[in-house]
Amino acid sequence: MARYLTTDNTSPAVPLADIPELPYGELYDDLADRLAQERYHLAHYFAREEGERLRFYVILLDDADHKILVSSFAMGYHDEAPLPSLTALRPAAHPFERDIAERYGVRFDSMPWDKPLRLPADRRANITNYPFYTIEGDSLHEVNVGPIHAGIIEPGAFRFICNGETVLHLEIALGYQHRGVEKLMAATGNRLRQSVLAESIAGDTAVAGATAFAEAVEKLAALAAPEALVTERAVALELERMAMHIADTGALSMDVGYQLGQVACEALRTMTINTTQAWCGNRFGKGLVRPFGTNKPLTAEKVAMIRRNVAEIARRYNEVRQDIKSSPTLLARYEQCGVVPRAEMLRIGGVGMAARASGVERDLRVSHPSGIFARGIAHESIVKRHGDVMARLMMRCREVLQSAEYIDRMLESYAPAAQMPRPDYERGLAPDSLAVGLVEAWRGELCHVAVTDDRGRIADYRVKDPSLHNWLALALAVRGEGISDFPICNKSFNLSYCGHDL
Amino acid sequence: MILPKIKVLRSHGTQYIPDLKNVTLTDEFRGRPELTATDDMSDVEAAAAICPTRAITAAPFTLDLGRCLFCGECALRAPRNIRFTNDYRMGSASREALVVRPGDTAIAFRHDCVREEIPRLFGHALKLRQVSAGGDASCEMELNATGNVNFDFGRYGVDFTASPRHADGVVITGPVSCNMAAALDICYDAVPDPKIIVACGADACSGGLFAESRAVDRSFFERHRVDLWLPGAPTHPMVFIEGIMNLTGRCRR
Repeated sequence: MARYLTTDNTSPAVPLADIPELPYGELYDDLADRLAQERYHLAHYFAREEGERLRFYVILLDDADHKILVSSFAMGYHDEAPLPSLTALRPAAHPFERDIAERYGVRFDSMPWDKPLRLPADRRANITNYPFYTIEGDSLHEVNVGPIHAGIIEPGAFRFICNGETVLHLEIALGYQHRGVEKLMAATGNRLRQSVLAESIAGDTAVAGATAFAEAVEKLAALAAPEALVTERAVALELERMAMHIADTGALSMDVGYQLGQVACEALRTMTINTTQAWCGNRFGKGLVRPFGTNKPLTAEKVAMIRRNVAEIARRYNEVRQDIKSSPTLLARYEQCGVVPRAEMLRIGGVGMAARASGVERDLRVSHPSGIFARGIAHESIVKRHGDVMARLMMRCREVLQSAEYIDRMLESYAPAAQMPRPDYERGLAPDSLAVGLVEAWRGELCHVAVTDDRGRIADYRVKDPSLHNWLALALAVRGEGISDFPICNKSFNLSYCGHDL
Repeated sequence: MILPKIKVLRSHGTQYIPDLKNVTLTDEFRGRPELTATDDMSDVEAAAAICPTRAITAAPFTLDLGRCLFCGECALRAPRNIRFTNDYRMGSASREALVVRPGDTAIAFRHDCVREEIPRLFGHALKLRQVSAGGDASCEMELNATGNVNFDFGRYGVDFTASPRHADGVVITGPVSCNMAAALDICYDAVPDPKIIVACGADACSGGLFAESRAVDRSFFERHRVDLWLPGAPTHPMVFIEGIMNLTGRCRR
């Protein structure tokens, strides 16, 4: 029997009964084997209660073959025998095993980093007395930052261990933002509410979140979105990517005292999100993407407005990019700062633009295309080698220009559909099935998994934000750097707290 | 090296909004809704049934902006009864004033609910500490935007501080996750008296989408009085700016 059920990112949902169930040892060995190869990585690995059993699902992505491999194993819900930890061999598995341990009390043997992931309020761990890693020594001191940070951003606790100005170690403790998103998704049958929840998981990734949900639901209904809808979603997604990359370019400018770049990017971000607002009424694109249809179809005027604005934004943003590249004082701060080498990025399972900045080509638009990238645009990832702040910044710069080009290409010959389908919140979904929504959001790989019960209701909903993998990359990036370089390292990643904490 | 900078500067031009007291948002913007009662209320009942945060009641017909996410679905289901305008003047000193009823053409700011020392002490400068307590980063980004090159609210002396010790109040976003409840208390206690509380966004005003979550702890709002309620998901920078200007007596709606 095959160890995995093989599917791809455009096929309908898979019945739970068709997903192979292996003994843990066999799955463990196979995963350890495959995860050693660059072509494979875990999109999700989670457990759910099924009657008296706890069934573990593995969603493994094969980048080379563009396939999604699904497998599982099960144990008794009350079994207490520890399982060998995959993290011990493949560190990339750490957030998933920590999540399973935290949720269900499963013990993983020789787990190297048995640390709470989100410290949800209803578990025995207490977020206020979390024991941070410590190192003894007269020449060392600790710096605590958070959970509330100096700026207007989300909360998270950072503990630095420093030798003088140099950071030896940074430990990041998250969970402060935990709102119980996944439970709320499964607790309601109101699909509009689910859709709104999906776009509120991380408000800066609203379009990608709503798209991942819509794609998962559409797969459960075995109904692919029509071409026009796919195009409009892709335009919204690329606008979101542009807006956030521009915002982060501004933030990186601010933190090195480059005020010209900061204010120019503030204005350009305003232009970008106001373009989204003039399309759909919300600056973050909330309300734009819904399952099976849209309430905000493009009109000829809006197409012209978006093309005009995007061209202007790209032109002006490119001037900022040129200025950054020709300013030695900026390069001195950005270059060779916060380096995450390729091998490390691979080991920890980094995804998205941060991984690509370190030379790891993880990009769902290439490896597992859906929507317009499966039908019209053959995406070519931008990949950098150095893995430093500069690489991540230039990554953003190039992606903004690339997204602007894609938007223009998509809209150039786009005739707004006369009959755009409206959202459908009532459509029946396949019972006892599993569907994956995989979207390359601006940070990277977003993975939503919906599992239905015997009546076709969403019984479990699991969300993986790219930040789940990449927070560790930030902790590694600052090792050996001056603590004063932490802000630019942090902003070069700009990871999500609420997307991680759920 | 100087030429690229001149190019950026020339393209950047002038960006600030000249008069923050007189701004009109795009027609597409979903702001303050207007309600119309009809004999047949079945559309409203359908809209109330699907509302993601149960912000709508059909009898009596009301829409609570403290819960509303401005997704606009209700207006599509009950077009005769609910219409979203582009009016951003939605903040209020009274939570009850956020409940819209048929025929309402404005949200009452309720200046009578404002503590008398607030305009006197904070009418010329107001420094705020922002606390994100389960916020989804969109309200936070909009609050950042109030100080950016476009809105530049700092010209009115309103800024965000790094330390609560330097602040005159806190602006809360998010439903207050259990894991942030203690930190919010500590931060609020660290702000010297007299101080104000601003609840920013539907999540902060009512719990919003997360009102029923076990991971949310709303006890802060039972123990403290909120001085300014700001609807939105997220709260548009103009909602914040107009609300603060009313609270501090810079303008009267």
